[in-house]
Amino acid sequence: MFTDFFYTLRKKGVPVSITEWISFIEALYQGFFQSSINHLYWVGRAFLVKSEAYYDMFDEAFQEYFGGIATEGVELDKVLQWLENPLNRLPKLTPEEMEEFRRKMEEFQRQHNMDELMRQFRERLKEQHERHDGGNKWIGTGGKSPFGAYGYHPGGIRVGGESWMQSAMKVADERRYRNYRNDIILDVRQMKVALKKLRELKREGAEEELDIDETIDKTAKEGGEIELVFNRSRENTVRLILLMDTGGSMLPYSELCDRLFSAASQMEHFKEFRHFYFHNCIYQDVYEDMANYKRVPTEKLFSNFHKGYKLIIVGDARMAYSELFDVNGCIDYFYTNDKPAIEWLLRIREHFPHSIWLNPTHKNFWGHYTVDTISKIFPMFELTLDGLKDGIKALTSKAKQPVLN
Amino acid sequence: MAQNVHGYKGSEDYIASKPLMEIVNVAIALGKPLVIKGEPGTGKTLLAHSIAQALNKRIIVWNIKSTTKAKDGLYVYDTVQRLNDARFKDKDISDIRQYIKLGKLGQAFTSEDQVVLLIDEIDKADIEFPNDLLNELDEMSFHIPELDEEVVAKHRPIVVITSNSEKELPDAFLRRCIFHYIDFPDPEMMERIVRVHYPDIETRLVREAIKRFYMIREVDGLRKKPSTSELLDWIKALHLGGISIEKISSEIPFLGTLLKNEQDTGRFIRVATSQGGFGFKRKY
Repeated sequence: MFTDFFYTLRKKGVPVSITEWISFIEALYQGFFQSSINHLYWVGRAFLVKSEAYYDMFDEAFQEYFGGIATEGVELDKVLQWLENPLNRLPKLTPEEMEEFRRKMEEFQRQHNMDELMRQFRERLKEQHERHDGGNKWIGTGGKSPFGAYGYHPGGIRVGGESWMQSAMKVADERRYRNYRNDIILDVRQMKVALKKLRELKREGAEEELDIDETIDKTAKEGGEIELVFNRSRENTVRLILLMDTGGSMLPYSELCDRLFSAASQMEHFKEFRHFYFHNCIYQDVYEDMANYKRVPTEKLFSNFHKGYKLIIVGDARMAYSELFDVNGCIDYFYTNDKPAIEWLLRIREHFPHSIWLNPTHKNFWGHYTVDTISKIFPMFELTLDGLKDGIKALTSKAKQPVLN
Repeated sequence: MAQNVHGYKGSEDYIASKPLMEIVNVAIALGKPLVIKGEPGTGKTLLAHSIAQALNKRIIVWNIKSTTKAKDGLYVYDTVQRLNDARFKDKDISDIRQYIKLGKLGQAFTSEDQVVLLIDEIDKADIEFPNDLLNELDEMSFHIPELDEEVVAKHRPIVVITSNSEKELPDAFLRRCIFHYIDFPDPEMMERIVRVHYPDIETRLVREAIKRFYMIREVDGLRKKPSTSELLDWIKALHLGGISIEKISSEIPFLGTLLKNEQDTGRFIRVATSQGGFGFKRKY
């Protein structure tokens, strides 16, 4: 049935929501697809896919779903068979979503007269049956399209017998959602929302905002003669530096770090945003590019950026003991450092009192010696939504100097 | 509703692809906002104007800036004016209504006829901006607490929203909309588009220019690929400059109209010369 398409889409990774699916079905019911696969493709896509990033997946799903029924002849049996519930293709929906789906279905059934639907449905079936010699592509979709869909909702339940809604228990039993649980990842938007909290409003620029309190005070003092008082509008004065580890051990987290980076760089929210990279640990140079070619002396960070800048360092903080504590300990054989990394880290912390370390690895793995040491220098947070929120809080609160024993 | 189903078919100076036309019609019929994304210069903004023109409706344009608040679109209560008027006896200030000025969304709702409402470059605004409009666009109504009045749309406006994907739009917002990504036109389509703008320019010149244009677009690593509007400018420049067709194929005159920053120009010249054979010379 048509609802399968919904699951095909989701299987392919298109994040179709129930709301979108319902409006698609409604449009289908109102006959906007004019029994043409082109309409179904273009207009359907407009309903179901909300970012061009998913167009490819949509194509795949469309191909898979509508490609297969190309030349099949239509018989009543078969149509009825289609109508049966897709028992072996149970939905990947969370219980809450399932509940919402069920609710929407009921609403839908209430809104549309079921008998009328069934009558139209049968009529259309008959038409299809008669037309089946043509055996064109359209049978699977065009013919079914206005009816297939809701044929699924009320019809499916009637014709098909067992409703898959009831088999939710079975689904729960199989724990199909287990994988879903790990799916809760930070997307760019969530990060942006978290980063938005990073602000310090200061009055800057031209005086153009009306200060109402002052105006009232002044006006009262002038005995009713209106005196408008303007103020500078408040602007975010946060300047942010992002320092990111590009070391090999960070590779599994590169996507996550990319997201953080795009979130931070897309925000027009900061007064200034700068980013640099380092390899495993910070020595006398940081780099402007990911490939670590364009060197910027770390000293420059101190001379160019005053201590008001907020600093976020992203890295797993895991390295060999020598990389952190030894002269010439850098992992790159061609690189010599006459000061151990720990000194640089301490200097950075000293210069940027508002700094945090975001660690993409799980807290359970922080037992490593270097991680431990670094987390004593910089307040360390997990690169998760909660961690990011806590980190931002720490960044905006009063700076504390590290307590090293 | 019905009369609009087959209503929009593009307008005189705007060529819409068939799918886009259908999508516009469905969006109009269902009264859902239409979100249009696409490369700059693919005619996102023009689409709204074209719909208005084709369906003979008034268009209300709400240009979004980084400082735009959702409330600005609904109404503004001009307290300063009221305070100012309070000084003079000649005006009755008890009627708050005269100080409530409807924003673009409010104007669209209260209009006597159905209008086309263009919310241009919604991604320019704050990240929460679209969420603040959810309810207003869904219900097509809003409340003015100062008057304790509900503004309800007399006719659901045809809402067209454009985005340059500078920021991602929230899912909750997108769920309520119909979405279309305008692909960059293929050369054939491009020729038709150019024809609409410059019907008099020689076909051979247009074809040659389009060929060059797509070649430039294919150069890797351009910071900003030239888009339709740049091509139109370029063709106009070529035409006005009386450049011969042979010259277009041997070098690229007025490259500055197509590539607008130094790095891209440099990059293009490098690629063109390294591939050899084209004999591109930089000429403005």
